[in-house]
Amino acid sequence: MAKTLGPVKRSFAPWNDPAAKPYIQYQGITKRFGDFVAVDRLDLTIYEREFFALLGPSGCGKTTLMRMLAGFEDPTEGRILLDGQDMAGIPPYRRPTNMMFQSYALFPHMDVVENIAFGLKQDKLPKGEIDARVQEMLKLVKLEPFAKRKPHQMSGGQRQRVALARSLAKRPKVLLLDEPLGALDKKLREETQFELTDLQYELGMTFIIVTHDQEEAMTLADRIAVMDKGRIVQVATPAEIYEEPNTRYVADFIGNINILEAGVTATGAGRTRLAAEGVAAAIEVERDCPVPVGEKVFFAIRPEKMRLSLDEPADTTVNALTGEVWDIGYLGDVSIYHVKLDDGPVIKATMTNATRVVERPITWHDRVWLTFARDAGLVLAA
Amino acid sequence: MSDARSSAPNRYSRYLVVAVPYLWLLVFFLAPFVIIFKMSFSTTAIAMPPYTPVFETLSDLWTRFSELSFENYVWLTDDALYIRAYLSSLRIAVVSTIFLLMVGYPIAYAMAKAPTSIRPTLMMMVILPFWTSFLIRVYAWIGILKPEGLLTVALQFVGILGPDQQVRIFNTEWAVYVGIVYSYLPFMILPLYAALEKLDGTLLEAAQDLGCRPIKAFWVITFPLSLPGVIAGSFLCFIPIMGEFVIPDLLGGSSTLMIGRTLWTEFFSNRDWPLASAVAVLLLLILVVPIVLFQNQAAKAQEKGR
Amino acid sequence: MNTRLSWFNVTALTLGFAFLYLPILLLVIFSFNDSRLVTVWGGFSTRWYVAMWNNQGLMDAAWVTIRIALVSATCATVLGTLGAIALNRFTRFPGRTLFSGMIYAPLVMPDVITGLSLLLLFVAMDFARGFWTVLIAHVTFSMCYVAVVVQSRLVTFDRSMEEAALDLGCPPVKTFFKITLPLILPAVVAGWMLALTLSLDDLVISSFVSGPGATTLPMKIYSQVRLGVTPEINAISTILIAVVTTGVIIASIMTKRAEVERRRAERMAAATP
Repeated sequence: MAKTLGPVKRSFAPWNDPAAKPYIQYQGITKRFGDFVAVDRLDLTIYEREFFALLGPSGCGKTTLMRMLAGFEDPTEGRILLDGQDMAGIPPYRRPTNMMFQSYALFPHMDVVENIAFGLKQDKLPKGEIDARVQEMLKLVKLEPFAKRKPHQMSGGQRQRVALARSLAKRPKVLLLDEPLGALDKKLREETQFELTDLQYELGMTFIIVTHDQEEAMTLADRIAVMDKGRIVQVATPAEIYEEPNTRYVADFIGNINILEAGVTATGAGRTRLAAEGVAAAIEVERDCPVPVGEKVFFAIRPEKMRLSLDEPADTTVNALTGEVWDIGYLGDVSIYHVKLDDGPVIKATMTNATRVVERPITWHDRVWLTFARDAGLVLAA
Repeated sequence: MSDARSSAPNRYSRYLVVAVPYLWLLVFFLAPFVIIFKMSFSTTAIAMPPYTPVFETLSDLWTRFSELSFENYVWLTDDALYIRAYLSSLRIAVVSTIFLLMVGYPIAYAMAKAPTSIRPTLMMMVILPFWTSFLIRVYAWIGILKPEGLLTVALQFVGILGPDQQVRIFNTEWAVYVGIVYSYLPFMILPLYAALEKLDGTLLEAAQDLGCRPIKAFWVITFPLSLPGVIAGSFLCFIPIMGEFVIPDLLGGSSTLMIGRTLWTEFFSNRDWPLASAVAVLLLLILVVPIVLFQNQAAKAQEKGR
Repeated sequence: MNTRLSWFNVTALTLGFAFLYLPILLLVIFSFNDSRLVTVWGGFSTRWYVAMWNNQGLMDAAWVTIRIALVSATCATVLGTLGAIALNRFTRFPGRTLFSGMIYAPLVMPDVITGLSLLLLFVAMDFARGFWTVLIAHVTFSMCYVAVVVQSRLVTFDRSMEEAALDLGCPPVKTFFKITLPLILPAVVAGWMLALTLSLDDLVISSFVSGPGATTLPMKIYSQVRLGVTPEINAISTILIAVVTTGVIIASIMTKRAEVERRRAERMAAATP
């Protein structure tokens, strides 16, 4: 079987299937607010039944992108296609999308039932059908006993579920979620994360979420689009984003990473040899090198991919770094060691505290060795 | 709605929302000013109703031009009475505004410092007199301030005045000041209170922590930060007081000259419409700068709240 | 923040409110004075209320005033709300600066100027002066106050609720009536009450633009006051004050009760997961 990155959720991967039909397409989208360019010549394809995340810092344009799909903003240039239909000129109340707002935006003068039924009433469905659908939604989000309550009589978590139920009631083709878990506390957030993914899978809908929280994106999404200043930097699955970032920006945005500037000393088919400043040993990576010999690249390696030891390794000439323990971050389940290399930068290495009792504990100012495999790191040009 | 939705019924309703109040104000607020302006250049003969309609007047503007006379304005500037009335109104308005600040600021400050639970009640108590009739409240002061009124009785009772002496406030400028401060107090207190309430109490604590005495802290921190409220309140009072009529008429007697009263007299007693118009236009010109400043400030304040 | 009141503040408040309320109190007390004189207490009597009731001129004026006030307040509320929406939602339309100026100017414009200019307009239009001219005049200046009150509410209004309604399929006009209006209603009602008071209270503008058969109560009171103080005025003033006070107190109690209820509900909700 081919080598894979990380655990595979399910075999759902329409982006790899050349015959798959795109469901949502942003084509050449630019959005300007006066002089400010919020979205810059962006192209994106999303497939049906995907749980897609738009991830990036504030101001990167992700919310604007979502609002354009919902119909609250018009693109300055380009067009948006949904299920093959051009959305230009179609107002939000006639699009087959529904949105779950960051502030929930529940109608304070209506109770839960009326809030959920609101969208259905706009479609002028018969009363019996509306009631049935509302009941279905209440059961889905487990809010049956709260049916007659008003928003101010409910907690944050309950209000979020009402907002979810209201946006799902019309069975939209696409559900847009704007920072859905931001207002919840940690425990509730974790529970809701799994509820959301299960819900999406059962209902077979396309979900698009906008978030600045990488953990949220990684947990929920089938694919993530990492954005920066109105452009998409990388679109890939969470595992690919984490293990195969295409730029330093993406590598640094998700999780922790060590980045060393290095000169290329030798290249070959699927092999690169680097010499990093302040590091005595050579670095060998089992990857193609994007630049010719003599140029500079960036060597990137995740902290957990390194092995920390007080003992000197057998071969100290390749993939072995040595330095002094500068700082230790003890998190209970893992410890993050900041190691200052001799004449070099500070490298982070994470070790699981696998045993409760440690025979030879590592402490500040200890001299340690960091070793890593040839396929543990990446070579990035930018 | 940040972007225009181009569906036809929607655009139609948008136009309507703007057009209806706009047209109303154009016809019933702006147009009258044009007319009053034109009227001020007329002589009494032309100005007698029934009129020639405005449109006709506009079309033969050139022929009328020769008939326009600055007679009224010359009259205004010649006769010392009018100049005195304008200056007196300005003086009274400025002094009243200062009195209003002096009286209103401590009250507004005390309200802002009061426990949060009783603040709405205090607000209600300040606004309540405002809801009752302005005319009636000024009328009440007549009963108090007139020579044989309650103030005299009270002072005689306390012994400050002898049995034959009477308080001589009524029909003097001081009665007007009392009346104006009394009537306009809510207009000064409310903007001041709004500004003071928003003040962050921790700023004063920080000042004290750094060694600043409370009174100095007030002048260096509280007062400057409440300045928007002071300005708003001052405009809200000064401009209408300039043209005030009822109070000087009922409380001020013949010695108090205010331009609003002069206008009224010209119109109702002398039936000289063009002259009254000229008085109004001149008053408007004097007030144009404060009014425009007020509009800008008010519009900006609304934007900031956004 | 130190929430205890210092003696200075308490004195300021006490003196301030005493100043504000003393004349009103005296007015009310002397409406029950048997003697005609302000300074002599002749004993408790309701004769002035009877006299007031029998004063046909006064009663007619009151009736005119109430009708004008109710109608003008309602019209002013509609126009003012439209104006507030125009200012708040539509940031670019031709002549917006002028419109904004016309909304704020009447708030400070001296009554004599407004009154005279409107009268000249009516004469130019050959519009018979009377009930309708007073009505139009009142609507014109009241709508600006309503616009300011409603606009300050619209500024703090959470637009995401309107977007949510649009997103769920509700077209814009319907969204306004089903979502926005119910939520800004307190401000609209406050505007209506403000317009009502302004209309009930107006003397100068009414004097300029009124005509035969449309004498308003303030005009009547003013003409009688010029002739001398009569306690009938006290009587009708007391009634007016009583009505207004009751209204304001009821409104305050209702608002306070709704606030308490809301707080309790929120606390209850926060307790459950």
